[in-house]
Amino acid sequence: MTQLTSDGGFPLLSVLIFSPLVAALVAALLPGEKAVRWWTLVSTLLIGVASLGLLSGFDAGKAGFQWAERSAWIPSLKVEYALGIDGMSLLLILLTTLVTPLCVMASWCYIGKRVREFMVCLLAMETAMIGVFSALDFVLFFMFWEAMLIPMSLMIGVWGGPRKVYAALKFFIYTMAGSVLLLVAIVALRLKVGSFSIPEMMGKTYPESFQCWVFAAFLLSFAIKVPMFPFHTWLPAAHVEAPTAGSVILASVLLKMGAYGFIRFSLPIVPYAAKLFAPWLMALSVVAILYGGFAALAQTDLKKLVAYSSVGHMGFATLGIFSLTREGLEGATLVMINHGVTTGALFISVGILYERLHTRDLDAAAGVGKVMPVFAAFLGVFCLSSLAFPGTNSFIGEFLVLAGGFRVSKILMICAVPGIVAAAAYNLRMLQRVAYGGTSNPKHEGVADLGWREILALAPLLVLVLWMGLQPKPFVDLIHTGITQVVAQVANAAATVPGP
Amino acid sequence: MPVPVQHDIRLLLALLAPLVGAGLVMATGRRPNIREGCSFLAAVVLFGLTASLVPDIRAGKTLDFTLFEMLPGLAIKLRADSLSMIFAVAASFLWILAVFYSAGYMRGLHEHDQTRFNVCFALALFGAIGCAFSDNLLTLYLFYEIVSVCTYPLVAHHQDEEGYEGGLKYMIYLTTTAKALVLPAMVLVYVLVGNLDFASNAHTGILPASASSGVVTALYICFLLGFAKNGIMPFHHWLPGAMVAPTPVSALLHAVAVVKVGVFSTVRVMLYVFGIDRMDALNLGMPTAWFVSVTILVASVLALSKDNLKARLAYSTVSQLSYIILGVALLTPRGIEGGLVHIANHAFSKITLFFCAGAIYVATHRKNISEMSGLGRAMPFTFGAFAIAALSMIGAPPVAGFVTKWNLLLGAMDAGSIGIVCVLLVSTLLNAAYFVPIIITAFFGKPVDDHGHPPHEAPLVMVIPLCITAALSVVFGLYPDFFMEFTRAVVK
Repeated sequence: MTQLTSDGGFPLLSVLIFSPLVAALVAALLPGEKAVRWWTLVSTLLIGVASLGLLSGFDAGKAGFQWAERSAWIPSLKVEYALGIDGMSLLLILLTTLVTPLCVMASWCYIGKRVREFMVCLLAMETAMIGVFSALDFVLFFMFWEAMLIPMSLMIGVWGGPRKVYAALKFFIYTMAGSVLLLVAIVALRLKVGSFSIPEMMGKTYPESFQCWVFAAFLLSFAIKVPMFPFHTWLPAAHVEAPTAGSVILASVLLKMGAYGFIRFSLPIVPYAAKLFAPWLMALSVVAILYGGFAALAQTDLKKLVAYSSVGHMGFATLGIFSLTREGLEGATLVMINHGVTTGALFISVGILYERLHTRDLDAAAGVGKVMPVFAAFLGVFCLSSLAFPGTNSFIGEFLVLAGGFRVSKILMICAVPGIVAAAAYNLRMLQRVAYGGTSNPKHEGVADLGWREILALAPLLVLVLWMGLQPKPFVDLIHTGITQVVAQVANAAATVPGP
Repeated sequence: MPVPVQHDIRLLLALLAPLVGAGLVMATGRRPNIREGCSFLAAVVLFGLTASLVPDIRAGKTLDFTLFEMLPGLAIKLRADSLSMIFAVAASFLWILAVFYSAGYMRGLHEHDQTRFNVCFALALFGAIGCAFSDNLLTLYLFYEIVSVCTYPLVAHHQDEEGYEGGLKYMIYLTTTAKALVLPAMVLVYVLVGNLDFASNAHTGILPASASSGVVTALYICFLLGFAKNGIMPFHHWLPGAMVAPTPVSALLHAVAVVKVGVFSTVRVMLYVFGIDRMDALNLGMPTAWFVSVTILVASVLALSKDNLKARLAYSTVSQLSYIILGVALLTPRGIEGGLVHIANHAFSKITLFFCAGAIYVATHRKNISEMSGLGRAMPFTFGAFAIAALSMIGAPPVAGFVTKWNLLLGAMDAGSIGIVCVLLVSTLLNAAYFVPIIITAFFGKPVDDHGHPPHEAPLVMVIPLCITAALSVVFGLYPDFFMEFTRAVVK
């Protein structure tokens, strides 16, 4: 990887990063809750539209970072304001800008108190999320990475359920612990490289023991964020207590940051160590797939069910990443995006049910599909997507991950199979109960089907489920060049590493 | 000589017919006559399109149509060849009759949620036709799973405890096997080959010569057991469990569409992924034949023990499906032909038997064979058709089943296996043992007490379809060439 140079064009990335912050300032000053809601919706929608501009002029076949911006920030420490994206970060940014307005819609009625503060949090989150995916200077990255913690913890802690403080604290402590190690790794790399520039760090080779220590620090930090088994325990608590929008952001974007970290930092910067650790991490991923699947199967709380399913799905992502094959990594990136779409949709769906039934209990929701046929249809598609039904988005991602995994270890892949079966079981069970279980429940009388606002919140995700399921090629094309490069870097790593 | 391949939009239209039909049924749900009209229209269009493909396939062409090119080597793509036609023609034609029959049955019993029932019915056909016209493993798997999901509401239609239990068993068996066995096997094939396309003939297969025999054998076992809709023991329990469904479901889906999707998928993979040559080289044929022989015999014995007519028919289906696999596993031309033609022959005869069971239930509310004594005299058409179809199942000339048994026996002899010949003969005796007593008691037994309601034939809308399918069983026994020409083209 060579020196990053600024494209000198329109600084769209900076605009995307800071416009939510500006919108948050405006929202803080606007009079009236209704105005705040509408303002947040309109501004996030506009940011979403603007983010599509990243696609124009993006050359998927070109290696390296595009839309690059670079200027001095703290010269004495050689800290720079450096931005740039490749195909993977582009997809994640688009996912972020898509999900945020949907979260606003999903919170329309759900959030009744402190609406202004909530919307400000949401907008601040968006800034941090786009920042994380486009930062190319480690200090800048770390700043956005940490900045996300605060609004997210607030979202859980203020607008959450009965055990909100416990969940927020747990989330904060876990992620903070990981961040500390990340900071240590960053400082260590800075001392070796002489700058915080991420592309420069990728171009160097480091001694074996140094690589292992840096990898371990990265690993802990990212594994907590993913979350990988056994660092996942904060996730169900956070998901269950968070409001719908919090759960959606958490599932769709925050968890992706861990996997993004692995692909962006762990593999290219310390490839030799990645290769050493990979078999163990694949095994851990399989454990996550099994654990997530069976734990989800045991849940009767819909939100917990979806939360544990996230553990399983992200297991697929890390499995693909550490197969260190092109198919595995491409599959993993697709799994990340797909999980964002599908699980986001499932959390919105659970939120919709909760607004109507005031419970997330699966048995209480049994048969509600009879009075909510449109909802049942939406839920059906999302459940099928979650179990990786062929023709939906998740299928192609998991297929590629399995293909990559099979190239490495057939035994390990066979071990993962019960997790796949469990995923089918818990999703079909949920769908069966909600859409088809029981003929009539007096409590469901008068429950209204989806309104236009809810349909609008779910429809884009439905389109993506089918679009990415049937035509994944444009998405894969976007990430192909970057992934091929990472795979080559890791494959050649052994030859270039100097002795310990 | 390479087979000429031609793109043809009719494949897509045929696939869309039941899907659009399902949409129209949903839209017109409040007006039952129009709703049934839509089902009928979709069925006729589907059959018309399928039939229009016959001359091209007869001329030796293979037709294909690409729906979605997902990634290199992964596509949703349709193909019509001789093998697909056997299944597609039979399933699409029988759907037309089933539309009438099921209208009569569901209205006769004042069933609830008839619109949902009809929508799922059409979607199941959509899946079945998709399987018939699949050009690669991915497409086959997609439609296989669509069939599983769309038939669940049909199995659990009554939404009572029994229905849920049957539906649960159905889902557990079918999705677990597909996810745990077929999916990994498919991924492994992709890793080995680089794509999932079926071979262009039944001989060569697609697996590279470099693939180790252990891996190929493991893949083979995964596919054979993974397509559990084929009813091979020990994964057959879902089928008797699914008999809680209304009888039209048992008739069209659990005698024709769903189970044949399983068998068809198995056969498609045996011939067009592994290929006759590879199976022969790895000596996979005879062990498979013996393995399914167990199903043939055990299911027949179990059928003997059932008094519930539908349960007996279900076990008969389990047994008969394995004939198809057995024939193909013999790997001799006549064996394969006998197996493949049974896809159609069994369809026409078994649907007749289920139609009869439903007609008896609607007319008399009797489910058990012991209550059917003397009923043949009151319901001569129904029991006449039942007798003809039962003879076909037994394999007596001149009914369609005879053609199957004749070819299977010849194939077994070609393969030099007297053991399999004996299996076929014993199973024929067992078939006779569980069907003939029903016919004899129905026509010659003493009528049971009818509590002042003398039994009569079911409505014409039900009796006519079952007479037609019975008559066709005879026609295909006397003129077997319609389907046999396709089977010959497969093994050529």
